[in-house]
Amino acid sequence: MNTESNAVPESFDSQPIAPAAISPTQPFYWSVRRELWENRSIYIAPLAVAAVFLFSFLISAIHLPSKMRAALALDPMQQQELIGKPYNFVALSIMATAIIVGVFYSLDALHGERRDRTILFWKSLPVSDFTTVLSKASIPIVILPLLAFAITVATQCIMLLVSTAVLLASGQSVTTVWTHLPLFQMSLMLFCHLLGVHGLWYAPFYGWLLLVSGWARRAAFLWAALPLLAIGVVEKIVFNTSHFGALLTSRLTGGSEGAALTGSASMHPMTYLALGRFLSSSGLWIGLAVAAAFLAAAVRLRRYQGPI
Amino acid sequence: MTVIEARGLRKAFGATIALDGVDLRVEEGRILGLIGPNGAGKTTALNAILGLTPYQGELRVLGRNPWTERDQLMRDVCFIADVAVLPRWIKVSQALDYVAGVHPRFDRAKAESFLAKTTIRSASKVRELSKGMVAQLHLALVMAIDARLLVLDEPTLGLDILYRKQFYDSLLNDYFDRSRTIVVTTHQVEEIQNVLTDLMFINRGRIVLNCSMEEVESRYVEVTVHPEQVAAARALKPIHERQVLGRSILLFDLMTLDKVDRQQLAAFGDTRTPSIADLFVAVMGNQASAAPGARR
Repeated sequence: MNTESNAVPESFDSQPIAPAAISPTQPFYWSVRRELWENRSIYIAPLAVAAVFLFSFLISAIHLPSKMRAALALDPMQQQELIGKPYNFVALSIMATAIIVGVFYSLDALHGERRDRTILFWKSLPVSDFTTVLSKASIPIVILPLLAFAITVATQCIMLLVSTAVLLASGQSVTTVWTHLPLFQMSLMLFCHLLGVHGLWYAPFYGWLLLVSGWARRAAFLWAALPLLAIGVVEKIVFNTSHFGALLTSRLTGGSEGAALTGSASMHPMTYLALGRFLSSSGLWIGLAVAAAFLAAAVRLRRYQGPI
Repeated sequence: MTVIEARGLRKAFGATIALDGVDLRVEEGRILGLIGPNGAGKTTALNAILGLTPYQGELRVLGRNPWTERDQLMRDVCFIADVAVLPRWIKVSQALDYVAGVHPRFDRAKAESFLAKTTIRSASKVRELSKGMVAQLHLALVMAIDARLLVLDEPTLGLDILYRKQFYDSLLNDYFDRSRTIVVTTHQVEEIQNVLTDLMFINRGRIVLNCSMEEVESRYVEVTVHPEQVAAARALKPIHERQVLGRSILLFDLMTLDKVDRQQLAAFGDTRTPSIADLFVAVMGNQASAAPGARR
């Protein structure tokens, strides 16, 4: 707008007070912490699910010795499935919780601050719109998957310790449990799955939700869902095809790339192979580019937005 | 040094013109009161200065373009846009942590010592505080920032008189010095009468009066005219006349009067400098009557 933008008067340099050094990452760090202060459900919800699960597991631990005796009669594959079942179940429950929390968080992230007028306070501080939007995007894409991972692994460790204690107390061998439960491999796979699929693969969804939350004046959920539905319907009527729907479905279900990353269950070396294939897949990078475009639009939008 | 400089500042919302070619210059060390009726364009002008809204025309704040450089500008500029924009969920200690984390010029000890004089506890959440306490907290945060320009948009709206008085007292005694600049808008003009160094009236997106408080004193005279001299006084064309307890009070603008001085006016009755509120009513009233009957 103004061409002489850098023509700062000389007297501006004679600053008596030297500002404390603040590294560029510090506003980002505090912005993320701010999000966690405001949205405590980010960690409380998965913790609550884990707690409920642990509670019911503790109660069911009474039957563990008899179940283990029954399991010994089965062949190793069935044994593994039976023993691993509750461990997979807790991982799935926490994952599902994290997704729900992430969706609701994203829909509210740029909407809530305008609704309660606090955007005026946040904008009064030297934090750029880019930093703010990036910190908000990092919650569902990085923080939630990491939290879900940590909580799941901690829960599974507690479950394993409880099982061991119960079996030892009842005078049974714990070797079946320990040999059929590749906890390290499971964790590694979970880590790849959470960060890869829930974070990076789903990133365009979260980018879209954040963009809508920064744009909609009300009913952000409807604005997020209805256009997608409308595109599908229009495509069906005009071209009688359903590519958009198929695209969304494959994105939601993780696609073949995501499946490859998750599918290679206990075959340890395969995980790395699958990881490489996942990271070099065009689907991942196209998705990330779309997410980046949505987030860039959200940054631009936030510049113009005031309270609603 | 010039802190704010605007030339031909314009902003329209659809067909509504909020700022209609505003020229503005605020020097360092001034306390400027931006006074205007509702919808006059005060908040729009402040939003442009703070980089919250795009505008047309030229505007520099501390040598920066506020719209393109908002985040850098906010290191040197503070604002309280409204009472109660602090997030209700935040704890006092968290607010201190956060501002200390993101603001290079924030002095946490200073904010804490200011808060120590209040009844605000650091474990409290903002939602547990009264409106006045929230304003105190916000002021504590802002005063601990070593900013060059402080912008206050209706900072005391809805506060009781004690908090309002305390707010401006703290600002003047603990914060303001000659190297800082304050721009304030408020409807409670009487309360900032003695705080301001400069006065600016804005109406329908245009500046209708812009002068220092000394100029107000030397330029405007209010005369409580003796009843028998009302006609003679009216002949000198006062800019405003009102009746108080049966007496006519006439307001003169010495700049528009030729060869009339204070002595002459003193002969009509008691003279004094008008309050900002009376001056505002006079100037705005003239604006309304001087406006062409285009609306009718």
